[in-house]
Amino acid sequence: MNTIVQVNELRKTYGETVAIDEVSFEVREGEIFGMLGPNGAGKTTTIECLEGLRKPDRGTLRVLGVDPQRESHILRERTGIQLQQSNLPDRMKVWEALDLYASFYPKTTDWEELLVQLGLEEKRNTPFAKLSGGQKQRLFIALALLPDPQLVFLDELTTGLDPQARHAIWDLVRDVRARGKTVFLTTHFMEEAERLCDRVAILDHGRIVALDTPTALIHGLDAEERVIFNVDGPLPASFAKALPDAVRLEVEATRVIIHGKNDREIPLVSEVVNLLTGQGVAFHDLRTEQPTLEDVFLSLTGHQIRE
Amino acid sequence: MKSLLKMTWMEAKLFLREPASAFFTLVFPLIYLFMYGMISGNEPTPMYDGQRALDVAIPSLTAVIIAMAGLMSNTMTMATYREKGILRRLQTTPVSPLIVLVAQVIVIFAMTSLGMLLLIAAGKLVYQVNFAGNVFSMLIGFVLSSLSFFGIGFILAGIMPTVRSAWVVAMVLLYPMLFLSGAFFSIEILPTAVQKVSAFMPLTYVVNLLRGLWAGEPWANHLLDVGVLVGMLLVGVIISAKTFRWE
Ligand SMILES: Nc1ncnc2c1ncn2[C@@H]1O[C@H](COP(=O)(O)OP(=O)(O)OP(=O)(O)O)[C@@H](O)[C@H]1O
Ligand SMILES: [Mg+2]
Repeated sequence: MNTIVQVNELRKTYGETVAIDEVSFEVREGEIFGMLGPNGAGKTTTIECLEGLRKPDRGTLRVLGVDPQRESHILRERTGIQLQQSNLPDRMKVWEALDLYASFYPKTTDWEELLVQLGLEEKRNTPFAKLSGGQKQRLFIALALLPDPQLVFLDELTTGLDPQARHAIWDLVRDVRARGKTVFLTTHFMEEAERLCDRVAILDHGRIVALDTPTALIHGLDAEERVIFNVDGPLPASFAKALPDAVRLEVEATRVIIHGKNDREIPLVSEVVNLLTGQGVAFHDLRTEQPTLEDVFLSLTGHQIRE
Repeated sequence: MKSLLKMTWMEAKLFLREPASAFFTLVFPLIYLFMYGMISGNEPTPMYDGQRALDVAIPSLTAVIIAMAGLMSNTMTMATYREKGILRRLQTTPVSPLIVLVAQVIVIFAMTSLGMLLLIAAGKLVYQVNFAGNVFSMLIGFVLSSLSFFGIGFILAGIMPTVRSAWVVAMVLLYPMLFLSGAFFSIEILPTAVQKVSAFMPLTYVVNLLRGLWAGEPWANHLLDVGVLVGMLLVGVIISAKTFRWE
């Protein structure tokens, strides 16, 4: 598979602050590549170096086969970019923005269709300043997808969007991939990364601390899954005795939580249910909790809030 | 080419939607003309070599429009676009900075021309002002004056770090210029010391040139004005291009 983005020992500092240090990775053609990391981890710095908007201190970058600094004009026509922070003139209307930006590219997709897909149809005559935060965000996503680019950069794809819009945009991004294009995105939503991305890099303090498919990352965490249910009466002592050694039991009044590794032969949940029905224990509201990317993220980057 | 056209049309619409800029270039000069008409009356005055104050008012107020468009509209638009990241968003597209600048010049120039046309129309219809010059010469003088002034706005927007600071500097330059260049009243009535200052005001040369051409004086009488304005134009183009920043 072709490499679309190649990063080798990228380093970028702002005065004393080292924003990115010794970062190397690659993005392959046709994948959705996600970058996660706490605030200030260096996601925007990385993505804007790749877009040719910031100049790295050190390291070699190839994006679509060219150097983003020296040959930025080649990138401009072939990439679509959504910046974390940007604006349009207050009095520019939604349709005018799309119409204007469409004139910059030799070939574009039909922006009327994008308006519909992003739910902005009713707002086509609304000036930029009168849009809500999420509507502005959707307009910027439309502008990024407008040139039907080979590579799309989306910095904080769905920040500020409601669940409906988020799902619609996930579908749009999957569509982009289905057409053989590549997507590079950053996000703070673990669910988004887990459901949307083919591979994820987790960035912390300017370094990559993990990079793999979401499934592999979760598996690699060696985390526990949980089976949770409520019992009507007290839990019989025989139940606790019959549980395998490797699992841990936690009882809070009528609520029972059983923790166990998720690499067992028989799934933990069937073992528990078998035991409960075997012993005739009445239970309800049983559910299981699998480890998520969020557990991976927190275990790698810690619980400390960033400055 | 398509992007230049679209960009120009878009900027023109945005200009007209911005009440302040549309007011200062299109309406304010007219209000001033009517005030002038009420105060000065219709008699020829020795202060303007036997012309009526109103005849002189048209080229003078045109100079005011040029100064306000170049220093206020142009500075504000460019500085705001930069500070709000509007230029940065444009930078991610294939559009060239030249197109952004040229579209801006075309729009400001068109609006300045519209302002002047409204002035002339009102002057002719209401006060039957006298135009003794040559239309073609007047046009060239107007184009030269406008373009040489717009550069100041681009440079200010390029070198000042924020919209606020660019605005303050623009105002500090604009106000003394409006009063000391002879645009509002003849500088001959000012103290000699103050008259010396006006030689350092770029607007003085615009006022002199436009008034002269309006009254039908030959270009030969205005070589200094033309020289200063051509110099400003060249410096403006070079420095605007050099100080242009996307962010
Ligand atoms: N233009 C700048 N000047 C100085 N320091 C900067 C600049 N941009 C970023 N930084 C610093 O570099 C570090 C990385 O910032 P960056 O914006 O890349 O983080 P991020 O991962 O995108 O964070 P967030 O999730 O908050 O968007 C931070 O410590 C930030 O303060
Ligand atoms: Mg960021």
